[in-house]
Amino acid sequence: MLSHAEASENFIADADRTDWHDETLWFVREKRDKVSKVLPEWEALREHASQIKDHTLANLGEYLQAFEAKAQANGITVHWAADAAEHNAIVHDIIAAQGSKILVKSKSMLTEECHLNDYLASKGIEVVDTDLGERIVQFRNEAPSHIVLPAIHLKKEDVGETFHQFLGTPKGNKDPQFLTEAARQHLRGHFLASEVAITGVNFAVAETGEFVVCTNEGNADMGAHLAKVHIACMGIEKIIPKRADLASFLRLLARSATGQLITTYTSHFHKPREGQEIHIMLIDNGRTRQLADPKYKNSLKCIRCAACFNTCPVYRRSGGHSYHQPVAGPIGSILAPNIDKKANVDLPFASTLCGSCSNVCPVKINIHEQLWFWRQDLMEAGLAPVGKTIGMKLMAFTLANPVIYRIGGSLLRRFAGLLNTRLNPWYKQREMPVAPQESFQEWYKKR
Amino acid sequence: MRVALFVPCYIDQFYPQVAVASLELLEKLGCEVVVPTDQTCCGQPMANSGFASSTEGCDANFSQNFEGFDYIVGPSGSCVLHVKEHHPSKKIRNSVYEICEFLMDVLKVSSLNAHFPHRVGLHQSCHGQRGLHLSSMSERNEKHFSKIEDLLALVGGIEVVLPVRVDECCGFGGTFCVTEEAVSVKMGQDRIKEHHANAVSYIVGVDTSCLMHMEGILRRQGSKVQVKHIVEILNHA
Repeated sequence: MLSHAEASENFIADADRTDWHDETLWFVREKRDKVSKVLPEWEALREHASQIKDHTLANLGEYLQAFEAKAQANGITVHWAADAAEHNAIVHDIIAAQGSKILVKSKSMLTEECHLNDYLASKGIEVVDTDLGERIVQFRNEAPSHIVLPAIHLKKEDVGETFHQFLGTPKGNKDPQFLTEAARQHLRGHFLASEVAITGVNFAVAETGEFVVCTNEGNADMGAHLAKVHIACMGIEKIIPKRADLASFLRLLARSATGQLITTYTSHFHKPREGQEIHIMLIDNGRTRQLADPKYKNSLKCIRCAACFNTCPVYRRSGGHSYHQPVAGPIGSILAPNIDKKANVDLPFASTLCGSCSNVCPVKINIHEQLWFWRQDLMEAGLAPVGKTIGMKLMAFTLANPVIYRIGGSLLRRFAGLLNTRLNPWYKQREMPVAPQESFQEWYKKR
Repeated sequence: MRVALFVPCYIDQFYPQVAVASLELLEKLGCEVVVPTDQTCCGQPMANSGFASSTEGCDANFSQNFEGFDYIVGPSGSCVLHVKEHHPSKKIRNSVYEICEFLMDVLKVSSLNAHFPHRVGLHQSCHGQRGLHLSSMSERNEKHFSKIEDLLALVGGIEVVLPVRVDECCGFGGTFCVTEEAVSVKMGQDRIKEHHANAVSYIVGVDTSCLMHMEGILRRQGSKVQVKHIVEILNHA
């Protein structure tokens, strides 16, 4: 697996595509700026939502149990899963009981996190992703590169080629409306035929036992309303106390995610219709571990709007796949090390710590500070390359001793020319600073 | 007013003119400036690389040099932010100022005898802006303010031009500039492109590290655009 830096270098090698990716996502960031700035109460709204999440996380167990009781009373079956394996096994059991071999699924980052599609494929069950972007990347056997815009790394030409290959659209046709219509016709058959539909969950309301699913395509509704069995998968942090809290979260979510005033379809699932089953999956998968650490607890407030992706100057120029995780971007970089430190040791370093992510976050997660904390924890866990540890210790020693610092600085300036080599990553595309004759301190001594 | 001048290590070694301008500017404004001569580094390069646990020596040295002062002033938003957020001494954390912040909030400078008749592009350095709130931030729904623009407005003849993306990061990012070389350079190139489009002669900022990175790219491109730390302009008669 390539590190973030290596994968980014490959991404950037296509400069035109990188510019296009950067500008497309910057456009979304600007839309978000516009719609957030027309609300005078925007900053207060963020604070309010942040406090609701703080309160919920502080009482998570009680709210989850309250939700479970209400949902059960409404006729929904509630399942608890400690990790991805348990989650996948339970979902498989439910599908197997129906005897289904193919099913539809709307967007759910949780099922990406659990690698549900691969697991079900191994059991002979095909999952048809019904979100347009997700279907495109699924055809291409790729992972989503963005949690809201899964195929944002692709241009319409790429989609045309993929649909030509998989849906038989005419070669060279890249007309978005034509291609979308082809996808609609293709998906319609699956909606009509599927007996099981899986959806994600944006919010689960403890007060009422209902859950809310937001999509712009209506694909979650198409799946859930036509299927006999609806399985909704959620991380335990998706709970909110009251239905009234949605007034804050729905406004923040749509505006932060895409600059829309409201998501096109905001569907509340309350109880199964006659003859239907609804199953809710409540998954931990490392979340309680994150909850127990005061430094990282805050990351569980995330409502998956991806505003931090769109604003991140690194994400925009490296693409989602460079993060080698289902959730990319700044938020992914603070969530992933909790699941696997070693595999994700590069991610907290894939940032300049510019702080823009924390500023756009609708629930005020201190993302850039958590990136900094992860850097410390990962290095303390001994995950630094040997060269880096030695280099850092040497640098710390030099910089802590004024005499050695002065000698080192003087040598560095005198022999700075030696650094003009391709082995120096700085020099690859940048000139080294011109070394002055005197340091400031040397000048000052003579003043 | 007695002020200790905090000269970040790479400014001391590679950009002494920034420290000279800081010293002269503060003296012009009536400060008694002390330069502790055994100062080295604030420890940020190690801390941001995940080795905050190795910065005890730097912290102790910083304390020895600066603990007697009520005002520790440095021409770097990033280094000052590091001290303000991470130095173990509360007294030091509360006494350290980025120089623009000090000029505006403590000295309350309202006029300067400075002249710089050029078209300059303003680069907002992230740590000064988002960390120290030297100016309002494009992500937030807040009233526009900028201590940096206010100071530049006191300079005669200057024309300040902002890029369209007013506060996007330049991609320096400390060791990020070498560990993530490709992204770092691309970010820098994109910032520079905007300043070139604005036909500026100089790029001005409050952090020499950002400027060093952009200068490296500018020189490699053979550009005529130069970089200046804001104090060099504020001190330019």
